[in-house]
Amino acid sequence: MSSDFETVAATELHTATRGPQGEPNAPGQPHTMETQKPRSAGADAWRELRRKPLFWIGVAIAAVVVVMAAFPSLFTSADPTVCPLSRRMGGPSGEAIFGYDVQGCDVFAKAVYGTKNSVMIGGGAALLAGVVGMLLGLTAGFFGSWWDGIVSRIIDIVLGLPLLLAGIVFMKRVSNAGGGETARIVALIAILGLLGWTTAARVIRASVITAKQQDYVQAARMLGAGNGRIMWRHILPNAIAPFTVIITMALGAFIAAEATLSFLGVGLVPPSQSWGLAISEANPYKREDFVPLLVPSAFLALTVLAFIILGDTIREAFDPKLR
Amino acid sequence: MATLGEPILRVENLVKHFSITQGILFKKKIGAVQAVDGVSFELHRGETLGIVGESGCGKSTLAKLLMRLEHPTSGRAILNDKDIFKMSGGELRRLRRNVQMVMQDPYTSLNPRMTVGDIIGEPYNIHTEVAPKGDRSRRIQELLELVGLNPEHINRYPHQFSGGQRQRIGIARALALKPEIIVCDEPVSALDVSIQAQVINLLEKLQNELALSYIFIAHDLSVVRHISDRVGVMYLGKIVEIGTEDEIYQRPTHPYTQALLSAVPMPDPDARLHRDIIRLEGDVPSPANPPSGCRFRTRCWKAQEKCATEEPLLIRRAVEPHPSACHFAELRHVVA
Amino acid sequence: MTNLQVGGDQPAGQHLLEVRDLFVEFHTRDGVAKVINGVSYHLDAGETLAVLGESGSGKSVTAQAIMGILDMPPAKIPKGQIFYNGDDLLKMAENRRRDIRGKDISMIFQDALSALNPVFSVGWQISETLRTRTEMSKDAAMKRAIELMDLVKIPGAKTRVKDYPHQFSGGMRQRVMIAMSLAMDPKVLIADEPTTALDVTVQAQIMDLLADLRRDLNMGMILITHDLGVVADVADRIAVMYAGRIIEHADVHSIYKQPAHPYTRGLLDSIPRLDHKGTELATIKGLPPNLMRLPTGCKYHPRCPYVQKPICVDEEPRSLNLGNGRTSACHFAKEMLDGNLG
Repeated sequence: MSSDFETVAATELHTATRGPQGEPNAPGQPHTMETQKPRSAGADAWRELRRKPLFWIGVAIAAVVVVMAAFPSLFTSADPTVCPLSRRMGGPSGEAIFGYDVQGCDVFAKAVYGTKNSVMIGGGAALLAGVVGMLLGLTAGFFGSWWDGIVSRIIDIVLGLPLLLAGIVFMKRVSNAGGGETARIVALIAILGLLGWTTAARVIRASVITAKQQDYVQAARMLGAGNGRIMWRHILPNAIAPFTVIITMALGAFIAAEATLSFLGVGLVPPSQSWGLAISEANPYKREDFVPLLVPSAFLALTVLAFIILGDTIREAFDPKLR
Repeated sequence: MATLGEPILRVENLVKHFSITQGILFKKKIGAVQAVDGVSFELHRGETLGIVGESGCGKSTLAKLLMRLEHPTSGRAILNDKDIFKMSGGELRRLRRNVQMVMQDPYTSLNPRMTVGDIIGEPYNIHTEVAPKGDRSRRIQELLELVGLNPEHINRYPHQFSGGQRQRIGIARALALKPEIIVCDEPVSALDVSIQAQVINLLEKLQNELALSYIFIAHDLSVVRHISDRVGVMYLGKIVEIGTEDEIYQRPTHPYTQALLSAVPMPDPDARLHRDIIRLEGDVPSPANPPSGCRFRTRCWKAQEKCATEEPLLIRRAVEPHPSACHFAELRHVVA
Repeated sequence: MTNLQVGGDQPAGQHLLEVRDLFVEFHTRDGVAKVINGVSYHLDAGETLAVLGESGSGKSVTAQAIMGILDMPPAKIPKGQIFYNGDDLLKMAENRRRDIRGKDISMIFQDALSALNPVFSVGWQISETLRTRTEMSKDAAMKRAIELMDLVKIPGAKTRVKDYPHQFSGGMRQRVMIAMSLAMDPKVLIADEPTTALDVTVQAQIMDLLADLRRDLNMGMILITHDLGVVADVADRIAVMYAGRIIEHADVHSIYKQPAHPYTRGLLDSIPRLDHKGTELATIKGLPPNLMRLPTGCKYHPRCPYVQKPICVDEEPRSLNLGNGRTSACHFAKEMLDGNLG
């Protein structure tokens, strides 16, 4: 009868590599015991990612954005701070492909030079929110009890604070203190990140609570696995999917929030450059000329899209069921 | 039945009450679910002890207690002269190596993000002393072969396997640390009929080859009879009758055992004609508020005043040499 | 691929309910799953037909097709007829079909807890159909609900009618479900694994109740289950399904005494018995087939211990009529019955 088990093993798999209806091994016939090297989940995900065109599109856009932030002069020879009023609202030309805005600044150059601050603020705030949200959400969901109570109350309080109002008050103090561009950027990252982590924390807390009750977590516990291993190997990989979605979307929202604060005069101030500033400057004149509004908005949208694509494809690649 | 090996696990008066609390900040205890309430038994080397009972009888809580996933309210479980509930640190790690579990649901008991190799190899990552690193993938493949899976499938993910195959993966994981005792909590109830038999046969084959002792928890009385040497019947947190497979099925003396056996549908249309039919009224009472005295008395056709006031002990009764917790224990042949 | 119909080639309308050569496919992203591949069966008033099969055999999908509760898409019915009193349900206008569903043909499900709405009292839920589908007044409907609860033997129906589902135990909830399904005096009751979620002592009560109701109300009952034991106790006839086909059909006594299909025999041999300990269980090797890639010829041939090449691999067996309403879709059905096989 023991040979029966081997037959079962050989025929059972639907997805047998031998083809749709793999011929069963004759009972007793030994398996071809080629020793396979065990692969890690990360390697499997990478093999999967490599084949996805969408992933490479995301990578390409993100790479351009990063290079643009680091070396804006590679993309334009114009200086966005040189704005003679004589060029006011000038149409596209060989020198400025998207023309000039209401101040007479080069629209394309402004967008290119705004990349650095926008990406730094959006990315920095998303990173900060992600780290804070992840740490608090993961531990609150995993350990529960009084720690969960405290974290949940903090989330309620922070959610109760209106982002814009708190941003205005906080940034006002920073500008009163006479902070320069760097201080303002750091302050923006801090205020956006510290007010924006709650959704991420809530989402990860909920999915950790779900994952924690799964049988495989109990199975790991019965094997003697410690909390660290259980969180890292069993809970996080199964709980992180909604978190990546929230954070990639937050990235776009943070860039937009910087724009709003700058528009209100408490974010970055000229001569600093950012997409938010450019959008808020162009907004009142959009009826006369929408190009100065369109160009930084398009940069913003494309960047957010790239990060959403990256987040999505990576998340899918790590889910074996979607392969 | 073969002669019993020496006892390797002795459970004494095990109790687990879950408190029911009310209030958000200041929790007040308003009651307790008496999930397991004074359970004692012995497990012998190389035998299978079946535990049967309906939902709410505490059989799954019993499994969790033995696996140290829950801490008991009171009671002891002696393994190799030591109480497993007093173990910690290195001792607890050795316990984990010695006692393992096969879970009910093959779909939720395997981490979907890990390969089969990672799942079966995890015990070695936790207990690094068991197998040197270079040796692990060979051991994993041996385990796969042992449970009747293709060792080449080490890099596949759980969702690529059927329910029966997943259960084999779960069994391989439980075997990785070479335990002496395996607690099987409804290991075949989620499987299709034609797959159940394969897994039951596998468990029996492994027991013979590796000299394992099983605690086999299930609600299916036919499966339990097939695989068990001895059987304990649980009702509302207590063992009401315990004995050899033959004693429980052929010579039951507790009315609950008799009713349970009588209720099992038999795959034989003629069986109904010459079977002793006992139909219980109503459902199992809530374990948060069990009846006084004998817990079965609310559904028992023999119940008298004594049953409400005096709890029947699980002792040998005059009619039969195996223990039965009924004041009015008497022999009744239910299974033809 | 036409199956020989169970009970012969009668014109439509001879039976209370008749499924004829039904095909159902599910169109998914990964391909087409052929879930039902030519199923035919019939049901008369006052009898119980058990449809027995493992998961993926198509036993529940057939019932859903009868009820008209398949999600289409992804499901598709490329071929087949379902006659109720001689009318083809599949050709009927949707509003007429809705009249029949729940009124003439009703269904109870495995999971009574999720089938009941937690925010309404059980009396309200039982009487809902009566209020919306008949002219009955609210009070009369409530009264009828109490009668129905009495009928399904819920103790103290009068006082419990205002209770909510969570106040009932699992067995009582299933009784409430049965009461709901009986509200319109159906002629056909389809019970899809009605006791799988219940404990064995409660299961026995519910099966007894269903058998009594079927007899007292002279309904036709289709009992869908995977449990060979439950079937033996209550069914008159059994249809065994495998890979979307009925591979054997017979009266309950013959099939247990002498199965005429290797799969049925394999199932019977592989279950442990309550009445003796037995030795090693016989097993059916392998797995049920992938419905996206069904095997050629007989769908059971990769698992069959009696497989004979080439016929079983190349040719799909027709449903052979073995007399007395017995059929078997095996090339060697006659040999099996005569005991000349295996």
